[in-house]
Amino acid sequence: MTDATLPVAELAKTESPWKRIAAEFAESKLALFGLAVLVILLVAALVAPWLSPQDPYNLAGLDIMDARQPPGEISAEGLRFLLGSDGQGRDMLSAMLYGLRISLVVGVVSVVASLAIGAMAGMAAAYFGGKVDALIMRIVDIQLSFPAILVALILLAVLGNGMDKVIIALIAVQWAYFARSAHGAALVERNKEYIEAARCLGLGRSRMLLRHLLPNCMPPLIVIATINIARAITLEATLSFLGLGVPVTEPSLGMLISNGFDYLLSGVYWISLFPGVLLTLVIIAINLVGDQLRDVLNPRLKR
Amino acid sequence: MLVFIIRRLMQAALVVAVMSVLVFVGIYMIGDPLAILVSPEATELDREAIARSLGLDRPMWEQYLAFVGSALQGDFGKSFVFGQPAIGLILERMPATLELALIATIMSVLIGVPLGLYAGLRHETVAARAIMAGSVLGFSLPNFWVGLMLIMVFAVQLGWLPASGRGPTVDVFGIQLSFLTLAGWKYLALPALTLGLSKCALIVRLARATAREVMLMDFVKFARAKGLSEKRVIGVHILKNIMVPITTVTGLELGTLIAFAVITETIFSWPGMGKLLIDSIVHLDRPVVVAYLIVVVLLLVLISLIVDILYSVLDPRVRLGDAK
Amino acid sequence: MVATLQVENLETHFPSRDGIVRAVDGVSFAIEPGEILGLVGESGSGKSITGFSILGLIDPPGRIANGSIKFKGEELTTASPERLRQLRGARIAMIFQDPMMTLNPVLRIDTQMIETVQAHEKVSEAAARVRCVETLKAVGIAAPEDRLKSYPHQFSGGMRQRIAIATALLHKPDLIIADEPTTALDVTIQGQILYEMRKLCRETGTALIWITHDLSVVAGLADRIMVMYAGKIVETGKIATVIERPQHPYTRGLIGSVPGAMPRGKRLFQIPGMTPALINLPPGCRFKNRCARADATCEAMPELAELQPGHGVRCHHPFGAEPLTLAEVR
Repeated sequence: MTDATLPVAELAKTESPWKRIAAEFAESKLALFGLAVLVILLVAALVAPWLSPQDPYNLAGLDIMDARQPPGEISAEGLRFLLGSDGQGRDMLSAMLYGLRISLVVGVVSVVASLAIGAMAGMAAAYFGGKVDALIMRIVDIQLSFPAILVALILLAVLGNGMDKVIIALIAVQWAYFARSAHGAALVERNKEYIEAARCLGLGRSRMLLRHLLPNCMPPLIVIATINIARAITLEATLSFLGLGVPVTEPSLGMLISNGFDYLLSGVYWISLFPGVLLTLVIIAINLVGDQLRDVLNPRLKR
Repeated sequence: MLVFIIRRLMQAALVVAVMSVLVFVGIYMIGDPLAILVSPEATELDREAIARSLGLDRPMWEQYLAFVGSALQGDFGKSFVFGQPAIGLILERMPATLELALIATIMSVLIGVPLGLYAGLRHETVAARAIMAGSVLGFSLPNFWVGLMLIMVFAVQLGWLPASGRGPTVDVFGIQLSFLTLAGWKYLALPALTLGLSKCALIVRLARATAREVMLMDFVKFARAKGLSEKRVIGVHILKNIMVPITTVTGLELGTLIAFAVITETIFSWPGMGKLLIDSIVHLDRPVVVAYLIVVVLLLVLISLIVDILYSVLDPRVRLGDAK
Repeated sequence: MVATLQVENLETHFPSRDGIVRAVDGVSFAIEPGEILGLVGESGSGKSITGFSILGLIDPPGRIANGSIKFKGEELTTASPERLRQLRGARIAMIFQDPMMTLNPVLRIDTQMIETVQAHEKVSEAAARVRCVETLKAVGIAAPEDRLKSYPHQFSGGMRQRIAIATALLHKPDLIIADEPTTALDVTIQGQILYEMRKLCRETGTALIWITHDLSVVAGLADRIMVMYAGKIVETGKIATVIERPQHPYTRGLIGSVPGAMPRGKRLFQIPGMTPALINLPPGCRFKNRCARADATCEAMPELAELQPGHGVRCHHPFGAEPLTLAEVR
């Protein structure tokens, strides 16, 4: 993980004036709105234990008599269910805040890890060329020709349930996107003069890859990473919905929606509705930010 | 052309071979089917007998070879749960899935292309912005949640449409189809809408981007200079150029749609092969899972072949076989 | 006799964030049946926009802000979109610069030609096809019946331009606006097309506006020439008069920069500087910053004055009878 984060900071220092990127990013009010929503949600997820009226993981603190209370109802202990309660008498708002945490952690961790793995694989393929290149990129091609949801589904069927397993499945699904993009960017960069200069200075291969090639391949990777966090969160929610994701005791947003499905037909809408709205909000915010980042960081669209 | 098709089929065979190994090894590691199939009270002897009858007592490579041998003859083994040939179970449910995926695709193209075209041609109007905002939403909404919300609104609150099942079908040459009757459409509408929504958003964006590019081309201006009506300029000259990327992307996305049908079918209890896959994963019904994956890989290969051929039909500049 | 086209004080504006771009700024001219008018200027001079203004094909947000365009006595600036459509391609045709881009790549040639016939006349497809075959023959395409079934990418650039020209000729228009139609072609093919266009116009009495940046192209083709600079006409007159006795320093510069116009061995002349940006132009002659003869009087915009009948110049310091030397600008 440090491999991937270090050069980002370096990128800021050496090549790209953050100010210019920030100014161009701020040109879109919609993207700024997305960023604001995202920051608010991140903070809310971070301070969830202090923000939530109830600890949703403490099963002893739940009262089955409070199950399926509509929004605004007051629990046996005098707690107001602002967004209603779920099938086990859990306060929906608290469950959602904790669920948001899980969704964001799964999304960010899986993307950062796949970024590190994918970028390394892609750049190594481009740098070494020949058989290594052919082998890595062929694997990437085959995987990308296969729908991500199926790959994740089968992997989870093999691995079993659990947050770590979900993250592994998501990494396995996503690394190929980064590998392909890094490969393309590295091929372009490889032939530029500064790499030639670095080579003439007699720099070692790993140093060359990490310190010189990687920073210059970063902009497209950052864009893909942003969009992929949204994809990873959606995918995790989907897998949880199918019962193949995180455990029931620590529900993510997808799991909450899934739990609500059982009661939907009897008119108990809030268990599925509110987590879904929150999930959609997260994804829209990330997509808005990602769209604008792509415009700002894409050199082809400039001037 | 023929050379092209043969070469593609050979590539496909290779992919299927590699996939079969990966899938088989992967599936082999899923849990212990005996634990589910055999009742806990059964004796050790009974368990062994059942294991032997299913071929589960032999080493993995032997099981694989036996599997490949019979798979080549179209036999993917019998379902542990249903006791019927796995491939038969899949094929029996395939029309339902394909119908759902195709209807969803057609709906998303019929809705997405006009909206995207409009948003591209009149990109400064309020309506165009609204369309684009809608497409961001359609893109971002989690597929399965949309399904639940549609059930909530149209089935539970309004009571207009059924929440699950496939309803009545019409038999056409032995294939059961829903879309030929109004009653069938009632069951088809919500699942197809759910499945097609994100594709529709994708098509809107693609159509808009292409329209903006094409409308600035000289040949559009020349078409106007020839005195053609706006209807013909947009409906023929611009649209035909837009349809090239739309067809390619839509075709390639059809595979994703078939995969995503797994979720839609689960939500709406649509009796397709996707729902069968989920059931089989839950019940550790290995032969069915393997058969499903092999069938889907073949489908994907077939789709991409058809897309390539369609592409060359739509864009005369592309010649099949020229590309390496 | 009514002129085929009578343009009066045409102004075409493009609003932009930084101000209004006056791409065409008070252009007046007329063209008679069978006449060939060369419209010369560098890119950005407004010559192409003048052509598109006549057809009513200015891309929004651009618009005709002022002036009148009369086609055979009919006002076009106020005509309905449908009336303009009826005229376009039938009575007024246009040929574009890049033949690789003017034909739709995904439609067959017959589709693109037959639709042009049927856009203006109710004829059967078979009859329209016969007309296409005849017109293609007239522009020198062999075996047109077979070629009609081809796609644009199966033709060379020269052939494509012939097809575009044939498309323009389908309805025997009264006026053809040709926007640099030979610039993208080989010199030999350029010559052939010039020759054929000239012949067609003479035979059918079609008026032709030939837009180009290349003075040598129109020198052998046009009857009259009109030189545009930064949205305004700077010199107009009979081709022989203007080529032999150019009065405006800009025209003189253009002639000096044509290979072959000067004695062999002499360096080709280059006009110093760049065309001014057409936003927020300062008052006065627009060429003054690049002109060796400019002085204080040039701070006022000169009028387009007739030195002799039919020879107009927009300059405070025309060359008059001075011999054609370039010493003063060198």
